[in-house]
Amino acid sequence: MSTLTIRSLRKNFGAVEVLKGIDLEAQNGEFIALVGPSGCGKSTLLAMIAGLESVTSGEIRIDGRLVNSVAPKDRDIAMVFQSYALYPTMTVRENITFGMESRRVPKPQQDEAVKRVAAFLQIEPLLGRKPGQLSGGQRQRVAMGRALVRDPKLFLFDEPLSNLDAKLRVDMRTEIKKLHHRVGKTTVYVTHDQVEAMTLASRIAVMHQGEVQQFDEPATIYNRPANMFVAGFMGSPAMNFLPAELSEEGGRPAVALQTADGKTASLPIVQALPSDTPRQLILGIRPEHIYRFDPDLARRKPGIAQIDAVVELVEPTGAETMAVLRLSGKEITGRFDPDGTPGMGETVTLGIDMARACLFDPTTQRLI
Amino acid sequence: MSNHDLILSVPAPARPWRERLGSAMPLLVLGPSLVASFVYVFVFTGWTLYISISNSSLLPTYGLVGLDNYASLWANRRWNIAYNNLFLFSGFYIVGSMAVGLLLAILIDQRVRGEAAWRTIFLYPLAVSFIVTGTVWSWLYNPVDGIQAMVRGFGWTSFSFALASDRHYAIYAVIITGVWQASGFAMALFLAGLRSVDQDLVKAAQIDGASTFRIYRKVLLPTIAPIFLAVAVIQIQFAIKTFDLVAALTKGGPGISTTFPAIYVYDLMFQRGQIGEGAAAAIMMLAALAVVLVPYSFWVVWRRRKEAGHG
Amino acid sequence: MADATLDQSLDHRAATVAARRHFLTRLVIYGLLVVFAAIYLIPLLVVVLNSFRDQQEIARNGLISLPRSFRLDAWGQAWSTYCIGGTCEGMQRNFYNSLKMTIPATIISTAVGAMNGYILSKWRFRGSEALFTCMLLGVFIPGQISLMPWAFILGNLGLSNSVYGLVLIHVIQGISFTTLFCRNYYVSIPDDLIKAARIDGAGFWRIFRKIILPLSSPILIVTVIWQFTGIWNEYLFGVVFTSGQQQPITAALVALTASGTNVRAYDVMSAAVLIGALPPLLIYLFGGKYFVRGLTQGAIK
Ligand SMILES: Nc1ncnc2c1ncn2[C@@H]1O[C@H](COP(=O)(O)OP(=O)(O)O)[C@@H](O)[C@H]1O
Ligand SMILES: [Mg+2]
Repeated sequence: MSTLTIRSLRKNFGAVEVLKGIDLEAQNGEFIALVGPSGCGKSTLLAMIAGLESVTSGEIRIDGRLVNSVAPKDRDIAMVFQSYALYPTMTVRENITFGMESRRVPKPQQDEAVKRVAAFLQIEPLLGRKPGQLSGGQRQRVAMGRALVRDPKLFLFDEPLSNLDAKLRVDMRTEIKKLHHRVGKTTVYVTHDQVEAMTLASRIAVMHQGEVQQFDEPATIYNRPANMFVAGFMGSPAMNFLPAELSEEGGRPAVALQTADGKTASLPIVQALPSDTPRQLILGIRPEHIYRFDPDLARRKPGIAQIDAVVELVEPTGAETMAVLRLSGKEITGRFDPDGTPGMGETVTLGIDMARACLFDPTTQRLI
Repeated sequence: MSNHDLILSVPAPARPWRERLGSAMPLLVLGPSLVASFVYVFVFTGWTLYISISNSSLLPTYGLVGLDNYASLWANRRWNIAYNNLFLFSGFYIVGSMAVGLLLAILIDQRVRGEAAWRTIFLYPLAVSFIVTGTVWSWLYNPVDGIQAMVRGFGWTSFSFALASDRHYAIYAVIITGVWQASGFAMALFLAGLRSVDQDLVKAAQIDGASTFRIYRKVLLPTIAPIFLAVAVIQIQFAIKTFDLVAALTKGGPGISTTFPAIYVYDLMFQRGQIGEGAAAAIMMLAALAVVLVPYSFWVVWRRRKEAGHG
Repeated sequence: MADATLDQSLDHRAATVAARRHFLTRLVIYGLLVVFAAIYLIPLLVVVLNSFRDQQEIARNGLISLPRSFRLDAWGQAWSTYCIGGTCEGMQRNFYNSLKMTIPATIISTAVGAMNGYILSKWRFRGSEALFTCMLLGVFIPGQISLMPWAFILGNLGLSNSVYGLVLIHVIQGISFTTLFCRNYYVSIPDDLIKAARIDGAGFWRIFRKIILPLSSPILIVTVIWQFTGIWNEYLFGVVFTSGQQQPITAALVALTASGTNVRAYDVMSAAVLIGALPPLLIYLFGGKYFVRGLTQGAIK
């Protein structure tokens, strides 16, 4: 049973305010991902949870206990670093037992714990080696072993996979997910990789410039991003933003867009609009909600709007093909089935899934 | 801002004394060194500055005489020679040791065999004191027993090499000896610098068809420019503080031709009992150092800022 | 067919030209290295040879000549019987003085520097950078500035004309250097290691002992060599603050070579010079490789 609660947490480095009032909580056993661009304050926040950085103001509670000025060693946490931070002069075994030795855990108990963790992570053959003799993936495992052996209340990960190559990263991601299932500890996981956040977390906090932009479940973050930053940051290729004007079509609200030939096209809005909706809007559409118009599909699925666009560039990736299209004077990306890929320079009729579209207020950048 | 602090600051729970001691430990350990360094840097300098404007002679006394000591210092021909020598020596010593050091570094950088042996040979003078170097070279310069005697012994009886005994040229004897002693150190730093340059740069230049000479001139040397400055600054310090070398090599002679400020300070303070004027001379040495080091430190700070800004 | 052979012979000619140029370049490189090596080694060689030559033979043939005699007397005289300024005990006492001064001063200043460097790189606090800069200034202060204050302080502590006074001076003066070296080196040890250790429950001393110290050998070697050679070779403080039997070896060497009897005892002086140069030379020969490596790794930045 362990929870984490953070209230109005602020951090200044000299005159620079790095964290501007963070609110966050993790329930028992929950996997929270902190995601955001580099320099947004993720590591600082994690270091404050760990007790490695002092708190300027606000509070951090672990299991309801205020830990603002509790030393790191007394917070009952474990942390895995991006650089792994394995002690280079010690063997893997010594790395793992260093913490227990600091806490004067009796030797037999240490051996027991090492055996358990090494078996769990399958690193028994590595115990006698030094970190310098390990591959990236092995170091990563040892770093996790060092964290696991403590059996802490809270696991903290700071971009643990970003030093691995692409394939290994995916494997380790799966392992971390399995591990969390088996151990079931409350976890805070920092990453700048939105895919990692989406796949691992039960809830995601998207951070930008020292503030939490949105803190919610992955599906909500993806489908109903609170603002244009979150919308743009989560998802790859990123969501397309098109400036549009509020209009009407057949008595129902719609957004008007300029098409390639200079005409105006009206796309019906599916969602209910609040009364104070501004006239100028930003229409946000994810690439996977743009496809070649298909009358059958449109009949079956309401809210698919039809519009013409010119294909400027085609980027096949194998499983799918990205096409850069010119629409309303802007470049947008659409995701196509490799079989139905349009040719370059071709004018295609697109079907846009307006049921999945997001509307933003251009002045506040917030979701409408 | 302060509002937040008031509302949100949480009373820290009373911490056990061990923990409080633990968090004060860094300062406790650093404290004595800080005090000592502070005294050494500021109190000592201030003290000497004070003596330099006092009427101290055999013992420090504290009647102020303003700048009299400085005036009489600069009125003295010997001091003027010493100060001139300092600049002459510093210039040649630094340029000379860097030039020789760079040449040696580039030679060794050509994938020569037995690199470690060459390096050891060129670097060993660094381990030897200026006293030893000065003593041995004073023998070599000695016309009766040294190089001159050797060449004459070969049969060239009119050969003359009396650098150190000629008042016009003795300073160059000091310079040569200094360069001999210091160029190995410059070599080591330059070599390390050359080795630390990203080899892809060199490869790129080779693919561009640049000759070895051009690669050094256009790619390698510009890349290690900061090392030039670092070496120069280190050498300048040696140059200004040089006391031992001259004391062992020429003792300031012949006559007063190789007097240096460092020698002069020593003479005033401990041979002639003019402490006040000696302190003034020491302060002038510090001033000469400051002329070089103050701009350098500004440059270092500026560069660090710039790097931090980029990072 | 004819063209092909022509091409081949052209290729061949170009290859020989290139090979010859390469050979010439190598010749120049090695030639220069040999010349410089001679310039660097001859003074050492001269002293070594003269320390084994007969004094009369040196007087007859000059300092720089092939030895025609071989004796070990000079070493014994220089060590234990030669007269310097009235006492006839050779250099041995001064040699021990230098050891008594250099070893403690080196150890203390290195230890203090390592602690300071550790704190200033891994336990930074508000203003620690400024304090570091102040300490750095100590590197630049010429010894002449501190002569009068030291004379006063040593006098009051009763340490004038004593090796312990010199130890004190060298420790205080050395702290700036050792701190600078160690700090610059420790900065390159990742902070994450310290953070991980703190989470693991290690405190100030345990982190130093278990994590920093095992990583320190490169910089400790540099610092020890730097301090040992610097202190052993130092002359100004030695000659100012000690006299006669308390003098370190550098001061004694100057006194010895200056003691103007009419026949210059080059044999004994050569042996004395070598005795004075030997400890730092040995240290350098064994540690020089690490010294250069460490110096460029951290000390000079
Ligand atoms: N010790 C520090 N002193 C001053 N500024 C810092 C310090 N640590 C981090 N910062 C600044 O705080 C901001 C957030 O850093 P960080 O938490 O490391 O970002 P992230 O982990 O999200 O990339 C950055 O702009 C960084 O420059
Ligand atoms: Mg980070």
